[in-house]
Amino acid sequence: MRVYLDNNSTTMVDPHVYEAMEPYFVQRYGNPNSLHCFASETHQALKAAMQKIYAGIGANNEDSVVITSCATESNNWALKSIYFQYILTGQKNHIIISEVEHPSIIATARFLESLGCKVTYLPVNNEGIVEAHTLKDFLTDKTALVSMMWVNNETGAIFPVEEMAQMCNERGILFHTDATQAIGKLPVNVKETKIDYLTLSAHKFHGPKGVGALYMKKGKELMPLLHGGDHMGGLRSGTLNVAGIVGMGKAIEQAVDALDFELHEVKALRDRFEDALLEIPDTFVVTPRERRSPNTILISFRGIEGESMLWDLNKDGIAASTGSACASEDLESNPVMEAIGAEADLAHTAIRFSLSRFTTNEEIDFVIERVKEAVKRLRAISSSYAYAPKNHKDELH
Amino acid sequence: MGIDSLIGGTIWDEYSQKVTELMNNPQNMGEITEEQAEAMGAKLIVADFGAESCGDAVRLYWAVDPKSDIILESKFKSFGCGTAIASSDTMADLCKGKTVDEAVKITNIDVEKAMRDTPDVPAVPPQKMHCSVMAYDVIKKAAAQYKGVEMESFEHDIIVCECARISLSTLKEVIRLNDLTTIEQITDYTKAGAFCKSCIRPGGHEKKDIYLVDLLAEYEKEKVLASSQTAEDVDFAQMTVVQKLKAVERIIDDNIRQMLVMDGGNVEILDIKENGSNFDIYIKYLGACSGCASSNTGTLFAIENILREKLDQNIRVIPL
Repeated sequence: MRVYLDNNSTTMVDPHVYEAMEPYFVQRYGNPNSLHCFASETHQALKAAMQKIYAGIGANNEDSVVITSCATESNNWALKSIYFQYILTGQKNHIIISEVEHPSIIATARFLESLGCKVTYLPVNNEGIVEAHTLKDFLTDKTALVSMMWVNNETGAIFPVEEMAQMCNERGILFHTDATQAIGKLPVNVKETKIDYLTLSAHKFHGPKGVGALYMKKGKELMPLLHGGDHMGGLRSGTLNVAGIVGMGKAIEQAVDALDFELHEVKALRDRFEDALLEIPDTFVVTPRERRSPNTILISFRGIEGESMLWDLNKDGIAASTGSACASEDLESNPVMEAIGAEADLAHTAIRFSLSRFTTNEEIDFVIERVKEAVKRLRAISSSYAYAPKNHKDELH
Repeated sequence: MGIDSLIGGTIWDEYSQKVTELMNNPQNMGEITEEQAEAMGAKLIVADFGAESCGDAVRLYWAVDPKSDIILESKFKSFGCGTAIASSDTMADLCKGKTVDEAVKITNIDVEKAMRDTPDVPAVPPQKMHCSVMAYDVIKKAAAQYKGVEMESFEHDIIVCECARISLSTLKEVIRLNDLTTIEQITDYTKAGAFCKSCIRPGGHEKKDIYLVDLLAEYEKEKVLASSQTAEDVDFAQMTVVQKLKAVERIIDDNIRQMLVMDGGNVEILDIKENGSNFDIYIKYLGACSGCASSNTGTLFAIENILREKLDQNIRVIPL
C-alpha cells in the first residue's frame, strides 16, 4: 500500500482534469493567438478555462488574472513589481510580510532589502498566526505593500487576510496574499474583499504543475514581467500554456465544487487521524483546529528527529514531509516551529501530514498503525528517551 | 552547473546500501546499565554529544575493563536522521575490542569509510558528513570521561560556532584531516556555519573572535608554507619570527597537542628568542599540564626533541 499525505507539497492531478487537458497536446495544438482554425479552437478552450479561473476566486471581469508558471513566479512578481513602481521611484520605502511566508516571498523580500527597501517581518503568535492587530502597529505612510499568506503551508494556520486587506485599504496600502494553500480548502472570493493581488497555483488543487496565476484587482498595476509579445495583456509575454490553463480551469472548478466535501469530510478524516496521533504520548500539534485549513496537521513526536520519521514512514510507502534539519540542504530547523517559539528540543521533530479529497479511511487507518510502530522503533533508538545513570544529566551542563 | 545542480539531489538515493541497512537495523543500538557493566567487571562510561535543538544528538555507552583499558562493550542511542543513526552504530562497532587510546584515534573518515559499499564511493552525500564528525566527537568525550578529566576542561576550547557548538580544535582538525577548502565543505562536515551564519565571516548579526574564513585562510597559508618548505627546504634559522612561530605551532599541533589535551592540559607558545647560536622557545603549560610533574621532564623533553628533530638542533624549550 502507498499512501500520499503530502498534498501541501503537490497533489495528484484529478483524472477529470487530465481528461480535460488531454486534447490540447496532440489534437488541438494551435497557438491561440494565430489566425487560423487551429488557433480558434484552442482560443475557445482558453477563454472557457479563464472564465472558470475567474469564477473560482470570484474575480470580476474587469480584474486581471494573469497566468504564470507557478506560485513562486507570482509571488516574486508581485513584490518586485511593487519595488519598481513605488520603492525605486521613491514614493514609498517599506513592505511588510510575515516571518513564516513561503520562501518565494521571504527570499524576494530579502533581495529587495539588499536593494534598499525596508522590510518588516511580522511575528506569529504561539498558534502560528499573525493577528490583524499586530499588523496595525507597523503600517506607515511609507508602506507600499503588505503581503500575508492566506494559509500557512506548514501548519495550515489561517491568517485573517480579509481583515488585514481592509485595514491596508483604509490606509492606502496595497495588499497581496499568497493563497496557494487556500484554494480548494477555504472559500476564497476576492470580490468581497479589499485584496489587491492574490497568488494561486494549480498543482496544489489537483491541477497540473507548471501553471499558476497572479490576480490583480481592477485599477491596480503590475510592471510587465516578461517583455516580448502581447500575451497576457503585455504583462507576461510568452506563448500561452493552453493545456496547463485548461487544466487549471478544470481543477479550480472541481476544487470549488468539492469545497463542501473538503470542509466536512476531509476535515472529519483529518480530525480522526489527529485524535489517533495525539493518543501517542509526548506529541504536540501546532495551531488549534478551528484556525487551521481542513487538511493539514503539523505534529511533533518528542525524541524523534523528523527525517528519521520520514524514513520509517517511507519504508511503509507513506509520504509525509518535514521542513526541518537534515531534509533540507541548509540544515535549518523548521522555521515555523522556531517562529511559534516551540521548545528548542522540538524544532527538529515536526512532521507534516496533508490530506486531500482523495485520501481514504482505509489509508488513514493504515497510517495510524504505521506511525505508532515508527514512533516505538525510533524512540527506542533515541538518546532523549534513553536510560542514563544517576546524576548523568547533571554532568552534562 | 550541470544537471545535478539544476534539478537538485534526492539525498536518500546517495546513501550506501550499508547506511540504509544500519538505519533499518542498527546493530549496536541500546544501553549498558551499571549492573551490566559491573557484571563484566567493567567501568561504565556514558557520553553525550550534540543537542536535540541542533537536530542531532548521540549518547555513547562504554563498558571499559579498568585493568587493560579495553572497551568490552559499546552501545549507542541517537536522536538524528538516518545517517546519524548509521554513523553512531558504525562508531560504536569500531570501538569494540579497542583500548580507549586506540578508540580516540578513530576519525570521522574511518566511520564514513566503514559504511561504504565500494571503496571509492562515499557512503553519504557531503551535507551528511557532519553526522560522522559527531560520532567521532562523542568518542573523545567518552575517553575524557574515562580518564577522569573534567568534561569542561576537555571542552574549554574556544567554541567557534555557538549554534552547533563546534570548537576551534575540532574545526582545525576536521579542516586538516579532510583537506577542506570552502565554507560549504566546513558546514557539510561539521555543521559549523549552518545556522545563524555569524561565524562564517565578519558582518553577521553576532561579532566573533574567530571566523571560519580565518581558519580557511590559515590552513591555506600553512599549506603554502609547507609546500615551500619541502620544495626549498627553508632553514629554520632563515625564517622570519612569524614563520618560526608558525612552524613551531604546526609541529606542536601535529605531534604533541592532542596528547596534552587528552590529559586535560595544553601548551601555549609565548615567544622565540635567538640566544647566541640557540633558539629559545618560551612556552606556558595550561590546564592539567601546569604543575604536572612530567611537565619539566618527560613532556618537556618530548617537545624539545620533536622540535629539534623537525626544525633545528639548536632549539631549547623553556617553560615559564
